[in-house]
Parts: sequence; C-alpha cells; structure tokens
Amino acid sequence: MNVNQILQTMDYGTAPEASDKATEWLASHKGKFGHYINGNFTKHENLFLTHNPATLQPLAQISQASSKSVKAAIKAARLVQPKWEKLGGHGRAKILYALARYMQKHSRLFATLETLDNGKPIRESRDIDIPLVQRHFYYHAGMAQLMASEMPDAQAVGVCGQIIPWNFPLLMLSWKIAPALAMGNTVVLKPAEYTSLTALLFAEACQQVGVPDGVVNIVTGDGGVGEMIVSDPDIDKIAFTGSTDVGRKIRQSTAGSRKSLTLELGGKSPFIVFDDADLDSAVEGLVDAIWFNQGQVCCAGSRLLVQEGVAERLYNKIKRRMKTLRLGDPMDKSIDLGAIVDPKQLDRISKLVTENSKGDLFQVKENMPETGCFYPPTLITGLSSSDSLMQEEIFGPVLAATTFRTPDEATKLANDTRYGLAASIWSENVNLCLGLAPKLKAGVIWINGTNMFDASAGFGGMRESGFGREGGWEGLQAYTKPTQNRERLDPILPKIGSNTAQCEIDRTAKLYIGGKQSRPDSGYSRPVFDANGIFCGDAPMASRKDIRNAVEAAENAAAWSASNGHIRAQILYYIAENLSARANEFASRINNLTGGKTGSQEVNASIDRLFTYAAWADKFDGAVRNVPIEGLALKLNEPVGKIGALCPDDFPLLGIVTIMAAGLAMGNRMILISSEPYPLVATDLYQILDTSDVPKGTVSILTGSHKDLSDTMAKHMGLDAVWSFSSSDVSQIIQDGSATNLKRTWVNYGFQTEWSGTPSEAHRFLEASTEIKTVWIPFGEG
Amino acid sequence: MKNKSINPSFKVVGDYNLQRNEGVPLDLDWVMSSQANTSAIERRASTFSARRSVKKNYQAAWLLRAIRCIDLTTLAGDDTVGRVHRLCDKAANPVRKSILESLAVSEINVGAVCVYHDMIETAVKRLEGIGIPVAAVSTGFPAGLSPMRLRVAEIEDSVQAGADEIDIVISRRNVLTQNWTALYEEIRSFRQACGDAHMKTILATGELGSLRNIARTSLVCMMAGADFIKTSTGKESVNATLPVSLVMVRAIRDYHDQTGYKVGYKPAGGISKAKGSLTYLSLIKEELGNEWLSPDLFRFGASSLLSDIERQLEHFVTGAYSATHRHPMA
Repeated sequence: MNVNQILQTMDYGTAPEASDKATEWLASHKGKFGHYINGNFTKHENLFLTHNPATLQPLAQISQASSKSVKAAIKAARLVQPKWEKLGGHGRAKILYALARYMQKHSRLFATLETLDNGKPIRESRDIDIPLVQRHFYYHAGMAQLMASEMPDAQAVGVCGQIIPWNFPLLMLSWKIAPALAMGNTVVLKPAEYTSLTALLFAEACQQVGVPDGVVNIVTGDGGVGEMIVSDPDIDKIAFTGSTDVGRKIRQSTAGSRKSLTLELGGKSPFIVFDDADLDSAVEGLVDAIWFNQGQVCCAGSRLLVQEGVAERLYNKIKRRMKTLRLGDPMDKSIDLGAIVDPKQLDRISKLVTENSKGDLFQVKENMPETGCFYPPTLITGLSSSDSLMQEEIFGPVLAATTFRTPDEATKLANDTRYGLAASIWSENVNLCLGLAPKLKAGVIWINGTNMFDASAGFGGMRESGFGREGGWEGLQAYTKPTQNRERLDPILPKIGSNTAQCEIDRTAKLYIGGKQSRPDSGYSRPVFDANGIFCGDAPMASRKDIRNAVEAAENAAAWSASNGHIRAQILYYIAENLSARANEFASRINNLTGGKTGSQEVNASIDRLFTYAAWADKFDGAVRNVPIEGLALKLNEPVGKIGALCPDDFPLLGIVTIMAAGLAMGNRMILISSEPYPLVATDLYQILDTSDVPKGTVSILTGSHKDLSDTMAKHMGLDAVWSFSSSDVSQIIQDGSATNLKRTWVNYGFQTEWSGTPSEAHRFLEASTEIKTVWIPFGEG
Repeated sequence: MKNKSINPSFKVVGDYNLQRNEGVPLDLDWVMSSQANTSAIERRASTFSARRSVKKNYQAAWLLRAIRCIDLTTLAGDDTVGRVHRLCDKAANPVRKSILESLAVSEINVGAVCVYHDMIETAVKRLEGIGIPVAAVSTGFPAGLSPMRLRVAEIEDSVQAGADEIDIVISRRNVLTQNWTALYEEIRSFRQACGDAHMKTILATGELGSLRNIARTSLVCMMAGADFIKTSTGKESVNATLPVSLVMVRAIRDYHDQTGYKVGYKPAGGISKAKGSLTYLSLIKEELGNEWLSPDLFRFGASSLLSDIERQLEHFVTGAYSATHRHPMA
C-alpha cells in the first residue's frame, strides 16, 4: 500500500519482529536436540517434531527421554548436589546473578524463540515473560546470598524433579529453577513437549555462565517422562505446574513416599466488577485477564461476575473492545492475540464452546488468519453457575459471564468453585475491595488489576488449584527442609487388661462434636486399660459418620475463622487456666494410662504450649512485599479452614493440645482424633473445652482407630487439610485420599515429631495452620 | 491528505459535515457516576506505545496524518506580525516539497493556526484562500480569572475578528470545589458567545487534581456544548499526558454513546516527538476509531512537534537520519 492509500485506511500494517537469530540458533543444533545432562547435550533419541503453532510448520526435533536418560539425569543431579549446597549462599548467588545477566544480554533471542515455539505474541514474551524471568533470577540470587543468615534451620531438600507447562515455558522454568538452585538443590526439569526449546536454550546459558555440571538437567518428552521423574525413588521433591487432573495423579503416586510436593494447578478465577467500578479500566483488566496469552493462563480471570445494574453496559464495552483486539502472526509487534499452542488445545476449546448451548455467544471472527492455530476472542454472557462453562477450566480466550446483586452474593458466586487460584475485584470503594479480599477463596487477589506477578510475591492456589507458593520468602519453603533428623516412630499399642469395673459411678466418655458430647454413631466402644491392665473406662469407637458430623459442625463454626487474634488468644489462655486447675487429675490420668511418671511434666508442657500459641494468635503477622508497582502486595496469613488431625499416640495430652492450640490460634476449626492407645486423656480434655468458652463446632474430639478414620478424613471434600502424627502407618492412606480435593497434608511418614517444642517447631505448626494469600493493591490518585 | 480535500472558501472549521455538539442538560447523576482508576489507567496508557507499532510507509502516512491534525501555535508575549506570518506560511507548507514529492503526496497543511486575540486578523489575512482555520485562545487565557463579562466579550471580539475556533479556558475552581452547575453554566455562556465558531474547552488538566475530576469535567464540558475538549493551555506545569488523554477520550466515547454527538479531542503541550504523536494517534484509533483520526475530531496543540516529524519523514525518504536545519522553521 502506498502512503496515499494508507492515509485512507489508517491501518497499522505489519511490524514483524525478525526471527533470524532464533532460526540460526536452531540451525546451529541442526534442528535436533538431545537432553541436557551433567553439563552436556546428549545424543538425541526417539526424536519428535515441535511446531510453530502460528504456521504449523516444524521448528525442530526433540528427544523423547528414555528411562535410561531420566536415570542418568537424576544421578548427575544427585552426585553434584552436596557439592552445590556446600558451595554456599554467596557462591550460588554469583551463579544465579550470572544467569540473570545472561538472560538480559540475550533477551531478544529468548523472546523470539519463545514466541516461535509457543505462539504467544512477541510483545508478551518481550515485555512480560522474559523480564519476569530475569527478575526471578535476580531475586533468588539474593535469596541464596541471605539463606545462611536468614534461614539458619533450613537446608536443601536435595534433588528436585520439576515438571512445567507450555503456557509460560521459560517463565515457569525460572519459577522452578531459581528458588531450587538458590537453596542448594539440584534439578531435573522436564519442559512441556510442545514448548521445550527455550529450556534447551537456557541449558546453553547454564553452560556459558558456568553452572556446575549436573546442577541443572533438562530432559524432554511427553507426560511419560514426567511420570518417570515423579516415580523415581531418588527424587526428593516434585514441583509440578499443570492441570488439576495430572496434579491429582501425582499426589496419588507420590503418596506416602516422603517426596515433598508442590502443585500449581488449574483455576476458574473470578473477575468481579461492582457498579461503582471504573468500567473502562475493568474492560482493560479483562483484556489482561482472559486475552493475555490467548487465555492460556492458569490464573486467567475467566469467570466474569458483574453487578446486575451495570451488566449490559459492561458487556457492550467488552464487545466493542473485543473488536479492536488484533489477532494474528505472533511475531508481529502489534498483535494482541497469537496462536493457541497446539491443534489439540484448539480442538478442546472449540469443543467446550460448541457443546455449550446456554447464554449468548459473542465472537469476533473477522481477520482470523486462514492457517495456523487460532481461536477468536469469545464472550458468553447470561450464564449461570450451573452451566459447565462457569465451572470448567477452558484454558482459552473464552470469557464466561454472569451477574450478581450484592457483595455477599458476589462472594458466594466467586467461591462457588472447586478451584482457588486467583480473583480480581473492581470497585472504587476501598471498603468493599479490602473487605472482600479476605473472604475470597484464592491464593492471589488483585484489586483493580489483574495478572500482576513478581518474584517477591507468593503465587499459588487454594483448594484444587494446588498447594505451595512460588515467589517470596514463602516460596522457599518448598525447597528447604529442617536440619534436624528424625528417628523412626514405633507403633504404640493400647494396654491390655481384664474387664473389671472400678468406679462407683460409671463414667461415660463420649465423642465431642459440635460442642456436644455424643455417643458414637457405630454404637461401639472399646475398653481402655491402664498400664497395670486395670479397666479405666470405655472409649467410643468413632466411625465415618461421626467424622461427617464433626466436619458439618466445623462448617457451621465458620465465625471462628473470621474472629480476631485477640479473641482467640483469650480463649486459649482460658483453656490453659482451666487445664491448670485440673493439672493433677490430668497428670495422674497420663501416668496411669501410659505407665510413665512424666504426666505432670506433660501437663505443664501443655499449659506452656497453650500460652505459646495464645501468644502467637495475634502475632503471626503477614507482610508487605516489595513489588515494583505503586501500591502494596500484602502477604496475609489466613486460616487453612477445617483441619482434621490424627493426634500422636505418644504424648496423649501434649500432642493434642499442641495441634489444637496452633490450629485454633490461626483461626482454624479442628477435628481431632485422639491418641489411639490413650483416648481417655482427650475425652477428659473436652470437659475443659466445655468450660472455656470455645465456640461449639470449633473443636471436635473423636476417639477410635486411626487406620479406620484416616481414609474417611483424607477423602472428605469438606476438609481443607489432614495431618497425621499417628504411630500407625497411615501417611500413604492420607496422601492418597487427599487427592479427592487436593487438601493439604502434613504427615509423619512414621517418623517421630519433636513435641518438646523448639521455636522452629512452633513455627512449623503455625505455617501448616495458615494459607498464604497475596493481595495486590495498586493505588494512587492523580 | 491533499489540500483539495478542504473547501478553500470555508469560514467555519474544515470540511466538517458532522453535526455539532449542541450540548445536553446537565446530568449530575451521570457526572458523579463517572469513575477513573488512576493506577489502572496508567497501566493501560503505558502499553499503547508497546502494543502498536507502525513502520515504514505506514509510519510515513501516519506522520502526515499527525501533521494534518496539528494546531500550529504561537502564544507568546513577544509575538509580532512578522512572527505570525512565518507561522502561517509554515502552516500552509509544513513539509519541504521534495519530501512530499518522494512520498507521492501532493500537498498538505496543518489543522489550524492558534494565536492570541490580537493576532487573529494578521493570521486570517495571511491564510486567506488557503483554507486553514484560525483559532484564538480566549476567556482570559491561560488562568481564566478575568471578569466574566470581559471573558464573554473577548470571545465575541475574537469571532468578530475572524477566528474560526475559540479555545476557552474553564474556571478550575469550579472543579476543585465540585461546583458542576457553575461550571456548566459558564461554558454554556461561552458556547453562546462563540456562535458559529467552534469551541474548544481547555480543562487545564494539570490543575484539576485527579483523573476522576478530569473525567467528570470532560462530561460537563461536553454537556455544555464543547466541540472539542482540550487538555491544557500549555502553561500549566503538567500538560497533555497519555493517562489524561485516555480519561478524556473515554468520556468522549461515553458521551457519544449516550447522546450521539461526536466531540473532538485536543491534547496540548508536551507532545514534541514524532514517536509520541504516533502513540497518540494509536490511542485515538483504539479508543474512538478511525473516524476520530481527522482534524475535525482530533488536534495536537503543539509548536515543536512538526519539526521532529519533518526529520522523521526525511529519514524515511532518504534512509539517513535528518537534521533540524534542513527544514524550514516555523
């Protein structure tokens, strides 16, 4: 077109980014790649093609790893790990810094290669992905430097198996590798089979900057390779980002294995617009929420909830904006939506949208490229929460919308999902925004913004969006473990005796559910004998229905989770006061049942422990993260919710008190299964609770078989976490069952726990009792 | 854009066939429901230059369009007849002939020449038959604090002197004290005084305190009958910015949606680079559509922008970077 013609149309024309350097790099490897193991590129094996989704032309051939290659990578990582850890924080910081610098110096090569391989617009890889990658390495260079002074009780986990998705190939690599290396771990990383090229280019960066051989290993291939990594016994930790279905399988296959696990999974994140919002800005927020990276974003704001009075206006604004989105060649700098990563994904998106007959569909199909893997921006309004498009993750540029009337209804609709990754709130009312943020079940909340990320702010989900955080100090938990070693825990069996009544008046121990003493649903009890074989009383045998009732009671005690630390502290102190008043009775009960002499010590330790967590109740503070925006990123410690715990068999009082106090202090509702051999200590304890103003349903105490109850608790979808310190080996049962709703688990794998109480141990209970929420609050008026 | 597309005999701005904004009654519910989230607006504004890129002959065409939309301005105490003549001559021939020939574009001129009242007749005479409208700043520009009757009289005098467009300033105090009715009535009076001359309403956005105030003021100005809303006098410490522009063009869009009237936008001050002008054009195209990319609905209030655009055009034509002295000064 000549200048005069352009003056008529005022089109943008094309502004293609040159890809010759990326193509040269591929050619320098002859278009064929092996794995990167122990500092070297291996000979290629079982080659398969990787394509440019925008053109569907092949880019290169990469290797499907054999089990031999995976083993070799893990072995290399294992061998060098102690040396890498011993290199020290400063030594590792220098390497991470060099990686950050390298990514800056070669940023355009990484960006163009990423866009070629993934199909995302070059603007996004150039302005968002790659700068965040650099930032992640810089930030974690600092974490390596500070580890020794700031985390004295932490050490590396060991060899980390890391499996990453195709939507942000290099960014997810950095989220995994940077913190792992900073903390002294070595890694075997598998990029997604659609998008392995930037990981292989990164491998070259590792060679160039002198990452010691074996510290970073990259093996390519499909999900089968991922399974090999997950199931390998020589892996200490698995970090996975991907679909909830695969995450669930990984949870099951690693259950009971002592492999540390973090999962960053799917989402159906709400984007809530109130009638006083800046609607035009909310529309731009949606562009960043659902049309960023073609909607292939785990935290995409894919569920629009809009206040009824402004719904039509907002829909019209969205539709108009959709018409100005430019879809096409991702290498064009003026493109907003690039290609969907693979024809399979395209089919999936099309199918989900075609199968839906509800609501009103609006798509902008003009100017769709004729070839390549593209899907038009799509809006479906007038849906209800019962429609599958409001529930299912689509992972494409498809926005599903419905309306609400009040803030309360908005909260309920927002939380009406199995997921809990992110949420956006749009309103000019600070009271409304800040009031809503704690009520939303999501790991990340953006107020009047969306898809903001930074290395210093934790990112991760609640519910079936997974567990663990990436970024910030909290992200380091996944890559460290306590320095103390644990001894094996031998099973502790109930004492045996003969059934002779000893009391003048029968004392009936019951279950304690919803603030009431109740008989077990099963109608069974078992006799409990003291150390001398003398009958002490019957303990009720709780069954699955009692668990159900306790969880229901906890559900109704939600007010406790919204209460404040000051109130919780007072109640914990009050429990301590009342326990102290009956200290002798509890001491002799413990001595009697266990046959020990430390009952009095244990009671005193329990009172001490109640004081400790009462003290923490209003002091386990959140933080403000140093993010590069005008605004705040708050790290909030929120209650996990409803926690079920199998209390330790040893320490029948101190164990249950520690778990209960920590959980309550942080605002959780606790379903506690007493020490199995010594249940009568716990049944005495509920009398104390009854007199200490503990709101009903906040704590339930059950007695019975750990083995029988663990499966029900693990699988109960209403529980948010299950812990086990039992001397029965139930860790595998719990972690396997937890996959139902991906609840958090904390199990002892049959090892001892330090109940005597060191400060770091106290912290572990607080951390397990809290879920971290990051709230982004950009601000400013001018 | 060829000169012949402009009717040389016109006295009122341009070949403007659009219906003028006649204004609507002040709707305070609407004004007060208007919101502007600063942080989100800044984020959006910052991506315009990165989200769109025009290259090569597209860039040349866009830069010519930018020239077509410039209000070439001189508003200085030391303006003389000679100075204004030179400005008018530049307005009629903004780009060196040889460059235009290379671009195969016959002729081009700027959107308007903008002067103080005393220079109107000089400019009108110098531009006779050329078809470039003359705009005059008015109403006690730049502070707008002279007596109301004098401000109205100033408009009337300027129209009498031959101005096609009147750039009025609003009383910022009415915004800062949220006296929307007073603001509305003031502008309504100015509009009446303008008669057939088109009225650009200068908000002096740098003095309004917040983007929210700018959004609301934009609406009130349009309700009162502004043909254009304009950011600044060029005399405030902060002049046109992308966030402010985004707020104002969104208000224009909402006003159009509600009333059907198309109101123009004029960012003024601070736009001195060719690249910056492209970002503005892109902002207008994205938010308001191609129709607004014409001098009827979009102007740059700028004095040094033209010179940078000329250099960029020569660069496009020759492939070598240009120098200021190769282009006739305004």
